[in-house]
Amino acid sequence: MSDTLEERGDGAARQRIDDPHLSLPIENDRRMEAIIAGFLFVGLAAAVVLAVGYSLAWSEIWLGTIFTISLAGFGIGVTAWGKYLMPQGPFEEPREELSSSAEDREVFDATVERGVGIIGRRKLLVRLLGAGSAALGIVLAFPLLRSLGPRPGNSLFTTKWKRGSRLVTADGRVIDASFLETGGVTTVFPEGDAGSAISQTLLIRPGVPGSSIVTKPGRETWGPDGYVAFSKVCTHAGCPVALYMEETQQLLCPCHQSLFDILSGANPVFGPAPRPLPQLPLYIDADGYIRAQAGYDEPIGPGFWYRGND
Amino acid sequence: MLTQTLERQTTWLDDRLTLGKGSKKLLNKIFPDHWSFMLGEIALYSFIILVLTGVFLTLYFIPSTAQVVYHGPYKPLDGQRVSEAYASTIDLSFSVRFGLVMRQMHHWAADVFIGAIAVHMCRIFFTGAFRRPRELNWAVGVTLLMLAIVNGFLGYSLPDDLVSGTGLRIAFSILLSVPVVGTYLAFFVFGGNFPGTSIIPRFFILHVLIIPAVIAGLIAAHLGMMVHQKHTQFRGKGATEKNVVGSVAWPTYAFKTLGYFFLTAAVLAGLAGLAQINPIWQYGPFIPYHVSYAVQPDWYMGWLDGALRIFPSWETVAFGHMIPTIFYPAVLFPGITFTVFYAWPFIEDHFTHESRQEHHLLDRPRDRPLRTAIGSGVLAFYFLLFSASATDVLANFFGISLNIVLWSFRILVPTVPIIVGFVAHRICKELQTWEDVGERKRPTIILRSADGSYVGTTADYRPGDEPRELEPEPVPEAVGAHANGASTPELVGAGAGLAAPSQASAVPSGVLQAPRAPRNFDGGGGFLSNLRPRRQRD
Ligand code: HEM
Ligand code: FES
Repeated sequence: MSDTLEERGDGAARQRIDDPHLSLPIENDRRMEAIIAGFLFVGLAAAVVLAVGYSLAWSEIWLGTIFTISLAGFGIGVTAWGKYLMPQGPFEEPREELSSSAEDREVFDATVERGVGIIGRRKLLVRLLGAGSAALGIVLAFPLLRSLGPRPGNSLFTTKWKRGSRLVTADGRVIDASFLETGGVTTVFPEGDAGSAISQTLLIRPGVPGSSIVTKPGRETWGPDGYVAFSKVCTHAGCPVALYMEETQQLLCPCHQSLFDILSGANPVFGPAPRPLPQLPLYIDADGYIRAQAGYDEPIGPGFWYRGND
Repeated sequence: MLTQTLERQTTWLDDRLTLGKGSKKLLNKIFPDHWSFMLGEIALYSFIILVLTGVFLTLYFIPSTAQVVYHGPYKPLDGQRVSEAYASTIDLSFSVRFGLVMRQMHHWAADVFIGAIAVHMCRIFFTGAFRRPRELNWAVGVTLLMLAIVNGFLGYSLPDDLVSGTGLRIAFSILLSVPVVGTYLAFFVFGGNFPGTSIIPRFFILHVLIIPAVIAGLIAAHLGMMVHQKHTQFRGKGATEKNVVGSVAWPTYAFKTLGYFFLTAAVLAGLAGLAQINPIWQYGPFIPYHVSYAVQPDWYMGWLDGALRIFPSWETVAFGHMIPTIFYPAVLFPGITFTVFYAWPFIEDHFTHESRQEHHLLDRPRDRPLRTAIGSGVLAFYFLLFSASATDVLANFFGISLNIVLWSFRILVPTVPIIVGFVAHRICKELQTWEDVGERKRPTIILRSADGSYVGTTADYRPGDEPRELEPEPVPEAVGAHANGASTPELVGAGAGLAAPSQASAVPSGVLQAPRAPRNFDGGGGFLSNLRPRRQRD
């Protein structure tokens, strides 16, 4: 730029040709051209190396790095070309008001009105078309939306736990009363439904053999032989409540850190969970297997509109 | 030579498509030179890279939850039963050459895409670029942000790993929480109770086709409106409400922006090659009764995750129906967020009535203290929610109890934004009183003369810092390069604002045919000079 500006005094003709708007922002464009050529060459060379590396199955780290070098070579080269070897202005462009002229608008309005008038004359047809397409839309919503999935029915209210279900592990092993030491925990399912997302239940043994864990009045028989079981589906947003902390007898949900106090019936004591984890009533059968006395007495997991007051 | 072939081609096209008329406007479009105008471009280029890398991924990814036994180079998983989606993503990472680079580039591009949109939106907000006539384009932009976030979530749900599966479980619960229709919504989206087998194929088609197509369409509308309404610009020498000042589209801006595309791609490729992202082999496959610890969702979901963590447990039950607690932070709150975003131009106008005129000159944030204060407060609010998605990490890191961290956030989230807004307001007011703020400071040189008196003079500008010397001018018809220092200028110009070079000055100005370039110049003339000079237009 400075170069051209200095030449300004040379004379009118020269000055016009050397309009500084079109001049380059640098002094030595040959040197810049060489530098840019260097970057473009790096881009090209890295592309060739990438082909070689690809065919020799180099590691992804190398391929990614070489790819980067190639792109960066082109990127720096082309940017610098635009920035240093091309005119920088400043140029100006006029801006017209966006609104059309008054006449154009009048014509536009009149045209729209003409159409509306022509259409509006046939009231019956307008109404039929409106009602018809609305009806078709509603009717189509049924196959289009309704087919997407089954109706929820009562599937959110139940699990596969039934009266007498034996507890099994995720790989289907049946659980007897000696399965856990005191302080142990495992995920259990009703026999025949191992791995189920909704029936997943935490079997915990906070007590010693022979003791009975009573979490709430009315649940005197639910925790035989030091065992208790709670739904593993968090009442907040449904994550598996996976972490058992033996010292405090609490369960922690890793998603949003809700804490449930086991001995008071998995009451939420911290975090965003709104309700206790439902407790599964257990008993130990004559052969020493742990079974459910019944299914859960309330819907498991996070809340929903139709859940109401249990 | 080159010029002649080019000319033949452009003539051929022009004969069929009347190219000349429109392209002249497009090629001469003016782009204001300000770094903040590049943010939207980064978003655009990230999207292009998302499409390119995404197409590569679709060639290998299998959107199915059918169980297979994995056999492959990743030994810790060998022999394990996993879904086809998971297995194919592992194969894509370890068995397809260049696959991991492509996959990681796709994921990084998604993160950068949404980040660039967010920062771009801040630029629009704080400079008031959303005011009339650009309210519609603001709405298109808000929609793009929303769709980008949604598509990002759909995308990282696809590999069926433990982290994404947990995210899907939460998404199911969020759908479930919607009053009245929630259970139906959740069951229809997932094709049944969680987890089901439909969600990955369904998310796949949404993720790779439907939402990207909508995004592409909206980007076209966004840019189309931008071209039609022309750019906003900062106040500066020559910039008025009636013009646009900057550099010209062809070739200057075109090259700069092509360069930025490569640079964006280079940064993303660098991240892809060197910075691991979403290592699903470490998380393991999704198993509904497993969960991973201390994982955060992608950054753009952080504000929602944080809101879920700190929102108190307000489950309301009335008349036999329940509004679950997560409805408030996960449905209502984002709903309000985007409603306010959409409505902002109209909310502001309700108080300022600025929509009586068009606004093309941008505000400096300090000149609009209230808007800047509100914007800063809102940013602080979402940033705090984002930080709240790391409550467990923070508790571990600082060795304090989760309880303290949680309650700190419950107190900070509503209070800090107000303080930030207040401080921002004060800073704006303070800055307004400073005349030369933003200009580079020039040192004062103090000389002591022989008789002991002091004289202060302001030092010269450092090169590049000088105030702009040139008045903006309309683009001359032919824009070439001028070789500084070369004996013959390589530059030809004709038409408005610029006389023809002496060699060609025999041609009277104003005729249709512009002067030919001198012999030694092969970069100008041609296409551009065949167009009618600007002043002859009407
Ligand atoms: C609109 C912008 C888009 C965003 C924000 C986005 C985001 C993502 C994210 C975050 C992932 C997870 C990648 C991982 O770590 O595994 C993903 C996966 C995927 N994306 Fe996209 N994407 C976008 C567009 C596209 C397009 C246009 C296509 C194809 C035409 C595509 C195809 C895929 C495929 C096949 C996968 C699964 C493969 C895998 O998980 O590695 N995406 N996407
Ligand atoms: S899902 Fe358990 S705390 Fe949110």
